[in-house]
Amino acid sequence: MKLNHLTVKDAITKLKKKEFSHAELYKDLHDAIAEKNSLYNIYLSLDAEAVSKADALLDTPLAGIPIAVKDNFLTTVLPTTASSFVLKGFRPPFDSTATKKLQKAGSVVIGKTNMDAWAHGSSTETSDFGPTKNPRNPEYLPGGSSGGSAAAIAANLTIGAIGSETAGSIRQPASWCGVVGLKPTYGRVSRYGVIAMASSTDSPGPIGKTVEDCAIMLTHMAGHDRYDGTTLPRPVPDYTKALTKGVKGMKMGICYMDHPNIKGTDLDTAILKAAKVFEEMGARVDMIPMSRDGKKGTILAPDYAIGVYTVVQRSEVSSNLARYDGVRYGADRSVFAHEAKNRIMLGTFTLSKGYADKYYVRAQQVRSLYRKNFEDLFSTYDVLLSSPTPGYALPSGASNGDPLFGELQDMLVEPSSLVGNTGISVPCWRNPETNLFLGLNIMGDQWQEEKILQAAAAYEQATDWNEWAK
Amino acid sequence: MLHYSNFRYNEPMKDTTFTTSDVRKIAGLANIPVTDEEAQDLAEGFTKTLKVVDTLSEVDVTGVTPTNQVTGLENVFREDEIDKTRIFTQEEALKNGKRVHKGFFVVDQVLEQ
Repeated sequence: MKLNHLTVKDAITKLKKKEFSHAELYKDLHDAIAEKNSLYNIYLSLDAEAVSKADALLDTPLAGIPIAVKDNFLTTVLPTTASSFVLKGFRPPFDSTATKKLQKAGSVVIGKTNMDAWAHGSSTETSDFGPTKNPRNPEYLPGGSSGGSAAAIAANLTIGAIGSETAGSIRQPASWCGVVGLKPTYGRVSRYGVIAMASSTDSPGPIGKTVEDCAIMLTHMAGHDRYDGTTLPRPVPDYTKALTKGVKGMKMGICYMDHPNIKGTDLDTAILKAAKVFEEMGARVDMIPMSRDGKKGTILAPDYAIGVYTVVQRSEVSSNLARYDGVRYGADRSVFAHEAKNRIMLGTFTLSKGYADKYYVRAQQVRSLYRKNFEDLFSTYDVLLSSPTPGYALPSGASNGDPLFGELQDMLVEPSSLVGNTGISVPCWRNPETNLFLGLNIMGDQWQEEKILQAAAAYEQATDWNEWAK
Repeated sequence: MLHYSNFRYNEPMKDTTFTTSDVRKIAGLANIPVTDEEAQDLAEGFTKTLKVVDTLSEVDVTGVTPTNQVTGLENVFREDEIDKTRIFTQEEALKNGKRVHKGFFVVDQVLEQ
C-alpha cells in the first residue's frame, strides 16, 4: 500500500515505530499529488519544503504528519486567497490559531485547498481558480465550500485535512466525497485568522478518512483562544477516549424523514438502515415527527431555516467583506466575482434602514424558535440522526445560475448550525453504479462532540462503508 | 428536483421584486461596481431569494427574543495590555499593499476639495 493512503492514526503509529521515514511518506504523497492534482484541481498551493519540517516532529503528538488546509485559514508558509482573485498572492503576516495549534501539535501544512470563493457556496464551483472535481467520480461535484479538503482526503492526496462550516460546508462535501467531516460546536475551535464569512456561525473543524482521525485532529484544534472572544474556556478532552464507548443505552431520534427531499429516496433507505444498525447495538431509536411550529416532541421543519440562514449569512457577509477595499491588501471591490457580489449586496439590503427589522430581526427571532426546539429534543435524546444534504453529489455545472443552490443543499443542517450545535457526517451508502456516497449526519447538542464521536465510531466499526476503517 | 418547502402557505405571498435601479442603489451602498447585465441578473436573483425569505413573515414570533449569540457568552473582556506578539513591523503591515508611498498606504480622496 502506498503510504499516502494511511489514516492519521496509522501514519502517526507507524512513523513512531520507525516502520518508514517521513521522506518515504512525503514522497508517496508528492507522487500522488503530481499524478492527480491536475485532474481534480484540489490544491491551490503546495509547500515543497514540507518534508524538511517533518523530521524534527517525530516526538510530538502528531509526529510530523501532513495536513491539507482550506484556503481560508491564514498561513504564513503559503499564500491565502479564500479562492478569490481579490486575495490572489496574499501572504498573511500571521497564522490562524487553528493551524498554529495543529502545527504546534506536530503536523505540517502540506498545501492549501480549493473552496467556494469566500466560502460562498456548496459546490466549489464558485472558486476563481476553477472548480474541484469529485475524486469518487470526476463528472460530479465534490460539494463545498470545503470541497478541496474533502476531495484531498477522498483522493488520498493528504493524511488529514481541515475545513470550516457555517451550515454544511464541512459535512456536505464530506458526504459527497465519501469521507468523514466534523462540525464542532460554535466557539469550540477558534475563528482567529480564518477569513470571516458569517461570524455568528463560522466553525472550523476536521475532515478525515475515519472518525478516529477527526477525533485526533479536533483534540489538537479545539480550545479557548484569547484572540477569539467567542471561544469558551472549557477544558478540551482527549476526544479519542469517546470512540470505544459504544451506543448501548443511547437515545437517538431520526429527523426530517417525512420531508419530500428525503422521503422515498436512497437517503430514506440509508438512514433507516443506519437506525437499525444502532438498534442492534443497543441504542433506542425513535422517529421524530416533523412539524411546522416545533411543538414538544417534534422537529421543527428545516424549511424556515433556509430563510433564516440566507438573511443571517448574507447580512454578516456584507459586514465582514466590507474590509476588502484594496488598501492594505488585496485587490479593489471590482474584482469580486458574481456570487460574492450577490451575497454582499443582498446582505446590504437586509441590513439597510427600513428593512433590518423586517428581515434581520425576524430571522433572528425564528432562529430562537429553532434553538428552543433543539433544547427540547436534546432533553430527551443523546443524538439526532439525519443527513447533511438531500442526496448524492450533483453533476458538474449544477450550481450555475441558482442563487439558492447552497441553501437547498444545506437545508438539513441549517437549523442545527444556526443554533451552534455540533454534528459529524460519516459515509452510510454507496451507489455502485456512480461510485457516489451518501452521508449520515449524527447531530449533538452544543459541547456534545464526545457523544457524536461515540455514535459515529460505533457505526463506522459496525458497517463496511468506510474503506479506510476496515 | 429539490423542494424549497414542504408547506402549503395559507395565503399567497406578496412578492418583493427588485428592479435594476434598486440593485444600483444597493450597489452604491455596498461600494460594488456592477454592469447593466449584472444588475439585471442580480435583480432576478434577489427577487427569487426574497420570495423564499418572505416565508418567514408567516411565522408567529410574538414575544420571541432574537438570537444573536448562541452559546450564551456576554461581555467578554480582556486585560488592556499590549500584546507584543501581535504587533506588525511597518514592513509587515505594508507588504501586501498594492499602493504604498514612503511608508504609508495610499487611499483615494473621499472629500471634495
